[in-house]
Amino acid sequence: MIPEIGHYALVLALLLAIIQGTLPFAGAARRNAAWMEAGRMAAYGQLGLITLAFLALMWAYVVSDFSVLNVVENSHSQKPMLYKVAGVWGNHEGSMLLWIFMLSLFGAAVAAFGRNIPPTLKARVLGVQGLIGVGFLLFILATSNPFIRILPAPPDGNDLNPLLQDPGLAFHPPFLYLGYVGFSVAFSFAVGALIEGRVDPAWGRWVRPWTLVAWSSLTLGIAMGSWWAYYELGWGGWWFWDPVENASLMPWLAGTALLHSAIVVEKRDSLKTWTILLAVLTFSLSLMGTFLVRSGVLTSVHAFAVDPRRGVAILALLGLATGGGLLLFALRAHALKVGGLFAPISREGALVLNNLLLSVSTAVVLIGTLMPLVLDVFGHKISVGAPYFNAIIPFLAVPLVLAMAVGPFLPWKRADLAGIMGRLWVAGIVTVAAVMVALWAHGVKPVMALVGIGLAAWAFAGALWEIADRVKLFRIPLSDSLSRAGGLPRGAWGTSVAHAGMGIAIAGMVGTSFWLTEDVRVMALGDKATVAGYELTLDKVAPAKGPNYTTEMGFFTVRVDGRVIATLTPERRWYPVARMQTTEAAIHTTLVSDLYAVLGEPSPDGKGWVVRLYHHPLVPWIWLGSVVMVLGGLLSLSDRRLRVGVPQRRANPVPPTMQPAE
Amino acid sequence: MSPVTKHRLLLLLPFTIFLVLLAYFAIGLTHDPSKLPSTMIDKPVPVFDLAGIDGGPGLASTDLTGKVQLVNVFASWCAPCRVEHPLLVRLAREEGIVIRGLNYKDKPEAAQAFLNMLGNPYTSVGADKDGRVGINFGVYGVPETYVIDKAGRIRYRHVGPLMPQDMENVILPMLRELAK
Repeated sequence: MIPEIGHYALVLALLLAIIQGTLPFAGAARRNAAWMEAGRMAAYGQLGLITLAFLALMWAYVVSDFSVLNVVENSHSQKPMLYKVAGVWGNHEGSMLLWIFMLSLFGAAVAAFGRNIPPTLKARVLGVQGLIGVGFLLFILATSNPFIRILPAPPDGNDLNPLLQDPGLAFHPPFLYLGYVGFSVAFSFAVGALIEGRVDPAWGRWVRPWTLVAWSSLTLGIAMGSWWAYYELGWGGWWFWDPVENASLMPWLAGTALLHSAIVVEKRDSLKTWTILLAVLTFSLSLMGTFLVRSGVLTSVHAFAVDPRRGVAILALLGLATGGGLLLFALRAHALKVGGLFAPISREGALVLNNLLLSVSTAVVLIGTLMPLVLDVFGHKISVGAPYFNAIIPFLAVPLVLAMAVGPFLPWKRADLAGIMGRLWVAGIVTVAAVMVALWAHGVKPVMALVGIGLAAWAFAGALWEIADRVKLFRIPLSDSLSRAGGLPRGAWGTSVAHAGMGIAIAGMVGTSFWLTEDVRVMALGDKATVAGYELTLDKVAPAKGPNYTTEMGFFTVRVDGRVIATLTPERRWYPVARMQTTEAAIHTTLVSDLYAVLGEPSPDGKGWVVRLYHHPLVPWIWLGSVVMVLGGLLSLSDRRLRVGVPQRRANPVPPTMQPAE
Repeated sequence: MSPVTKHRLLLLLPFTIFLVLLAYFAIGLTHDPSKLPSTMIDKPVPVFDLAGIDGGPGLASTDLTGKVQLVNVFASWCAPCRVEHPLLVRLAREEGIVIRGLNYKDKPEAAQAFLNMLGNPYTSVGADKDGRVGINFGVYGVPETYVIDKAGRIRYRHVGPLMPQDMENVILPMLRELAK
C-alpha cells in the first residue's frame, strides 16, 4: 500500500509541475498576479508530494519490503540500518528520486525566500524549475519507477554492492546532488533573465546565495567521494580521473567560475553575457554528468546499470534543457547591456583571469572525458587516463593559484600591481619558509613537490594576510584591528577562508602525490616492519563476523621509539550475498600524515600474509582544506547583503529615504 | 559583416557546439561499448610480440594458442582495474586459470609497483607502451578482458571491471565449455 501511495504522489507531483511550468510564464507575460502566485503554491505542493514519495521508498527499504523490485535488487534483511536507508539512493531509480526531491526542495526554497525579487522574474524562475521537474518526473515515471512490485516476493534481497556499504559513501550522493541540483536555480535565474532581457547588479546578488549553497554542497560531496576512495579502495589513491569523477569535477570548476563572475555582475555591472552563459553551462554540465553516468556511453567503476531507453530519455532531457537555454542565449543575450569598463590589472581583470583558467580547465576535463566517445564514432579506439590530465591540469592550476592570492588585494577598475605585490611580502616570506621546511624534510627532488608546497603556502598565507591587511593588523592598536575584523563583511571572510582552504587542500595533494612511502612485504605473526619511523608488529590475524559479512582482521601494534601509540586493524571482508570481497584499510592519522595498513592475501607458502603499508604525508589536509572551503562558502552565504534588498542603480541617484521598499 | 551581426553569430556559437556534442552523444548511445562485440570476435588474436615488464616474461601472440586463457588489459592509472584485481588474483590462485596481462599505455615501473601492491595474477605480461597492440585487439578502455580459445581466437570480450556475477555467469561457464 505504502509504495503505491509513493507512486501516486509522484504522479500528482507531475501534474503540479506541469502547472508550475506553464501558468507562471503566462502570468508573467500578462502581469497576472494570481497566475504567478500559482507557481509558488505548486512549488510547495511538489515539495510535499515528492517528500511523501521519498519517505515511502525509504519505508520500503527500512522494513525490507521485498515485494518492491528496487528493494530486492539493492537491499538485504541482514544489512545494517544505515545502509538500508542509504540504499534508497544507492541505485539508479532511488537516486533519481533523491535528485527530484532536491529539485523540489530548491523550488520551494525559491518560492519561500527571495521576497525582494521582482514578481515576474521570480515567476519565470519558478516556471523554469517547474519545467525541469516535469522532465525528470516523466523520466522517473516512464523509465525508472522505483515502486514497481514483484510478485511473488522473494524471501530476501540481493544486497547492495559492498563497496557502497560505507558511512562515507552513504552521504556522498545527497551532497553531490544538492550541488548538481542547486545549480538548476542559477540556470533558471539565467533563463528568466534572458526572457526578461535584463541583467543588473541585483540579479548577481539574487543568484549568489543559490550558487553558494550548490557550490558548497558539491565541494563537500566531491570531498566525501574522494575520501571514500582513499580509505576503501585499499591503496590510498584519492582521485582517479574516472569519467564519473570528472562528471562531478566539471560542474564544480564551472560553478567556481560562476561564483566569481557573478561578483563582477553584482559589484560592477559587467561580464553579464558571460555570467549568464556560465550559469546555463554549469547546470548543463551537471545534467551531462547524469547522462554520462546512467547511459552507459562511458564505462566506469561508478556507472549504473545500462539501459538504452534511459540513455535516450536523459539525452532528450539534456538536449531540451541545455539546447533550450543556449538557444535562448543566442537569441536574447544581445539585449543585455554592456556594463562598466575596467583595466586588465584590476579586481575585474583578476576575476576574468580566474574565469579563463577555470573554463579552460573545464574544457580540458571535458575533452579528456569525451574524447574516447567522440573518436569511437569515427572508429578510433582510444583511452584517456590520468597521464593526460596530470600533464595539463598543473599548468592551469599554477597560474590560477598564483593569482588567487593577489586577486583580493586588487581594487576595482584599475590597480597598481607593483604596489600590491609590495603588500604581499608576508605571504612571500611564508612561501619561502614553507619551501625551506619541505627542502629540509624531503630534499630537493622532486622539484614539482617544492613548487606545489610553495603554491599552497602562497595561497594560504595570501588569503590570511588579506584579512590582516584589511584590519591593519600591527599597524594600529590590536583592539582597533579586532573591531575592524568584526566589521568586515562576512563575504570578505568567506573569500579568505575559502582561499586558505584551497591552499591547505593543495598542500595535502602535493604531500601524498610526491612524498608517499610504501612498503609491500610478506609478514608472519610476530614480524616487524618499519615505515617512515613507525614500527609495526603483526600480533594476530583472527576471523570475525559482521552483520552481513565475514572478515579476517589483522592486528598491528604501532610503536614509535619503542612506545605503543596505536593498534591498527585492517580487514579483508567477504560479503556472501553479493559474492564480493573488499579490503578495509586501517588508518592512524596524526592530522599531518596518515599511516595506512592493508591486509592482503595469505602468502603462497602459507606462512604469512601480504601486507601493504603506506605513509601518506599531509594527506588529511585534502579533506580538511575542502571542509575549510565549504566553511568559507557558508560564511559568504551568511553575508548580510544577500538577505537585504539591493538598491537599484539609477541615472539620477535619489536619496535613500525615498527608495521604494523592496 | 557588421559588428552587430558578428556579435550575434558569436552568441550562437555555444548552441552550435552543443548541437554537435549532442549528435555525438546520440551516436554514442548506439555504439554502446559494453554491448557491442569487438569486431575481432572469433578472429585470431592480432600478431604481436611484446617485452615483459621489469625483466619478467613478455607476451607474444604465439603464447595465446594451445590453451584456453584470458587476456586482461590493465594499467596502473586505471581505477576500475584496482577494483577487479582481487578477483583476478583469486581466479589465478584458486581456479588455476591462465591469465595474461596486457599492460596498456603504462610505465613499466608503475605497472610493476601496481602488481607488487595488489598481487600478480598474470602468467606473463606484455608491456604495450604505445597502446598499439591494445588498439589491434579493439580495446575501448581499460580494463577489458578477452576469452581466448585453444586455437588462439578471441571468443568473448568483457568491457569494464569484472564483477563476481560476470565471472560466475559468463566467463567461467565459457572457459569450461571451451576447454572440452
